Amino acid sequence: MARIELTVDGAKVSDDVEPRMLLVQYLREKLGKTGTVIGCDTSNCGACTVHLDGRSVKSCNVLAVQANGREVTTIEGLADGDQLHPVQEAFRECHGLQCGFCTPGMIMQAVDLLGENPSPTEAEVREGMEGNLCRCTGYHNIVKSVLHAAGGAK
Amino acid sequence: MTAVADKPDLEIGRDRRRKEDQRLITGRTRWTDNLVLPGMLHLAMVRSPFAHAKIVSIDTEAAKQSPNVVGVFTGADLGEAQGACINAWAITPDQVTPPHVPMPSDRVAFAGETVAVVVARTAAEARDAAELVDVEYDELPAALDLKESAADTVLAHPDLGTNKSALWVFDSAEAGTGSSADAAIEKARGDGIVIEREYRQQRLIPAFMEPRSTVVDPTGEQITVWSATQIPHILRFAIAATTGVPESKIRVIAPDVGGGFGGKLQQTPEEMITFAVARKLGKPVKYTETRSESLMTAHHGRDQWQKLTLSAEKDGTVTGLKVELTADLGAYIAIVGGGVPVLGAFMFNAIYKFPAYHFSCQTVLTNKTWTDAYRGAGRPEATYAIERLMDELAIEVGVDPLEIREKNWIKHEEFPFTTVAGLEYDSGNYEAATAKAKEAFGYDELRAEQKQRRESGDRIQLGIGISTFTEMCGLAPSRVLGSLNYGAGGWEHASVRMLATGKVEVITGASAHGQGHETAFSQIVADRLGVAFEDVEVLHGDTQIAHKGLDTYGSRSLVVGGEALVKAADKVIEKAKPIAAHLLEASVDDIEFSAGRFSVRGTDQGLAMAEIAMATFAAHNLPDGIEPSIDSDATYDPVNFNYPHGTHLCAMEVDTETGGVLMRKYVCVDDIGNIINPMIVEGQVHGGLAQGIAQALWEEAVYDDSGTLVSGSFVDYLLPTSADTISFEVDHTTTASTTNTLGTKGVGEAGTIASTPAVVNAVVDAVRQFGVNDIQMPCTPERVWRAIHSGDGGDETEGAAAPHFTEETGMQGQTDRTDGANQ
Ligand code: FES
Ligand code: FES
Repeated sequence: MARIELTVDGAKVSDDVEPRMLLVQYLREKLGKTGTVIGCDTSNCGACTVHLDGRSVKSCNVLAVQANGREVTTIEGLADGDQLHPVQEAFRECHGLQCGFCTPGMIMQAVDLLGENPSPTEAEVREGMEGNLCRCTGYHNIVKSVLHAAGGAK
Repeated sequence: MTAVADKPDLEIGRDRRRKEDQRLITGRTRWTDNLVLPGMLHLAMVRSPFAHAKIVSIDTEAAKQSPNVVGVFTGADLGEAQGACINAWAITPDQVTPPHVPMPSDRVAFAGETVAVVVARTAAEARDAAELVDVEYDELPAALDLKESAADTVLAHPDLGTNKSALWVFDSAEAGTGSSADAAIEKARGDGIVIEREYRQQRLIPAFMEPRSTVVDPTGEQITVWSATQIPHILRFAIAATTGVPESKIRVIAPDVGGGFGGKLQQTPEEMITFAVARKLGKPVKYTETRSESLMTAHHGRDQWQKLTLSAEKDGTVTGLKVELTADLGAYIAIVGGGVPVLGAFMFNAIYKFPAYHFSCQTVLTNKTWTDAYRGAGRPEATYAIERLMDELAIEVGVDPLEIREKNWIKHEEFPFTTVAGLEYDSGNYEAATAKAKEAFGYDELRAEQKQRRESGDRIQLGIGISTFTEMCGLAPSRVLGSLNYGAGGWEHASVRMLATGKVEVITGASAHGQGHETAFSQIVADRLGVAFEDVEVLHGDTQIAHKGLDTYGSRSLVVGGEALVKAADKVIEKAKPIAAHLLEASVDDIEFSAGRFSVRGTDQGLAMAEIAMATFAAHNLPDGIEPSIDSDATYDPVNFNYPHGTHLCAMEVDTETGGVLMRKYVCVDDIGNIINPMIVEGQVHGGLAQGIAQALWEEAVYDDSGTLVSGSFVDYLLPTSADTISFEVDHTTTASTTNTLGTKGVGEAGTIASTPAVVNAVVDAVRQFGVNDIQMPCTPERVWRAIHSGDGGDETEGAAAPHFTEETGMQGQTDRTDGANQ
């Protein structure tokens, strides 16, 4: 067991974890942050995407112990109280989700993408979201949502 | 109270943003795997690495000694308490059906089948201990290749004596719906055109994003089962019917469900094992599959060989169609199983006026993962075959492929039209949809560009693909299902509860998993009862709340479930009328209802629906003999299917030097009848298109020679990414369906059904000048290149040949583009 202390969605937390525990398991099983989900076992789907010190990571690709002393933001910490993040708003406005399973990861990746490149082209959005799989939307409205959020931010 | 009067426009037809989104975009979700109950234990499955083997012995001792393991059970330990997995549709009376025990104790019939289950305090401990279970197998020869299995070379289940499960036949001459296809083909061999082709429908995996998960809590009076399923009601029935636990003692809940596409239309061995273990231990237990387990064991789709013969007159008028299918069932017959290809039997003739039709389907058992419904179920296969053949016919006759279609399709003034397969198409207008699609696509300009590229021998060739599809949806009139020997009916149930505060609870037996029912059904009820959209709450997916239902599949929720809802709402109005009359001191005959208000004819007196609801709740002043309730329910059995249709046009660029393909444009104009919510409908079409396009270009479940699924992870099974797909142009024409009050038609599967042949037609069209008339799906660069260079488009898919593997990413599959990926 290893002792870790970190900040998750603005709250300080500390736990003893098994060295092999993944960050996504820590978030879901220890903290009950079930908004972040697991869609695969090969780091392909991106459903588990969160921010680590402000940059997007696949939380199934990071050990909980690697998050020690750092800051994690999940989909549950993205909105400012009742005020949705503009990317969350954009996904609703543009019907960027159907079953919603890929959505937390999509939104977290989109926020990161727009942080890097505030006014991307469609091709840049498609490239930048490539690591996140969705089976419902055919990506059409996800791409539209990200472009919509970018437009709104200008 | 009476906000109704200033209620603006109708809800139906508005692009309302979805009610379900707020939770989903903030991570406030209820996926089955999120559930945690006090004292809950976790399961891990021990699975066979062999496709076919005798189980000689299972040593569970070491696993039992592992930390925090509570128990390890084999099939023998659980015995009959496991129940059985049922096949609800024996397609012929003499269908050969292997018994399907959830966890066999003597023999495994596919790689991935469960032979033991470990129960531990955490999922990680269960998985660790599962590694310690020592199973000794005696490997048996496995039936793998579909055609060889059909010849009974190796038996998938030696006891059955054959792999051939059932032969289902329809012949229009025998059915009296047309003449003899054989005679038509014979005649055409003399003086007409005969086109003979064999097409492959590769094996696909539904690959919903949420892995399946089941939690069973046996501690209450009812045993509660939460499961990531499309079919909570059918699952409850199947558990009760095969375990002997009374149906009334089982409650099944499908909480938030992360996609299904037919893949969660199943009663699974894992659900049955979880149920049995929970009962045995008297403790809540959870099983959540890994992605690899999901790809390996959740049912697959398609997997057919199609032998096709089309006959026509010299001028291209079609005279006959003969279809002979061989369909792979996998190791067991799943819940719909062999019924899937039969659902396509009525659709091969499509929108065309064939006078003669013959269909046969031989279902075959193999030692591979079982197959069942995947988005479209039977109809994509049919549409693919006919739309590919119509292109071939156009080439024979030497006319544009749109022209040959128009020559043969049902004209809009000919509806209702009874087809050679015996179905009555109620409405449609193929001319209108095609005209609109051609215009949006820029058909003539693209044809001109294609010609120019061909003539100049450009490295990049352009192909144009067409699919003018129709489908039958809204499963299904119960008597039709009965005549096909299906094990259940096709009705749907709904109820409307009028709450004292004027709010409305709507309960539907349909079970959504991403389709936006909560929103669309609210719109329907808001209009019907004249209440605010926000005041309607849609409840579903829990057998204790929605006690009656047949769930969601076959594009049925709106057309069958929505109609039940309309009927229940109408009953509410009828029950409210005498109460309104009494309160308004008028005669019932003088009461009119419109826009949420009961008024007395010819006066300005009236009461709002909410006021009647309150008065009914108080029950202080009701007419004599009237019960104090206006709640209502209705069960609706559809009278007919409905038939959405559309014209899909696709432009593909093919790099003749590398075989790489690139989609340039995709336009579709669908007629899905009246639209409740255009935004939701477009979303359904987009998602369907991507899945159909993926069949054409990327996806295939591949087995190796020993029966191991090699595409058993998302590294190898190629779901399209955002970088592989393009934005689509989606539009509509509308002819209202006449088979339901709302005039709607199904839309959930349309995009998938139509798009696959449009894409393959385009790829073939681009390279036809090299002597190519077919490329096997998925049309990987390797296959396209080989087709160009040898006129042959066959053979195995190489994972690394698919387009989103690039040098740059080390041929390693989808890229991890998260910023922190390389830290
Ligand atoms: S769970 Fe699929 S990438 Fe993390
Ligand atoms: S919305 Fe269902 S997987 Fe993306």
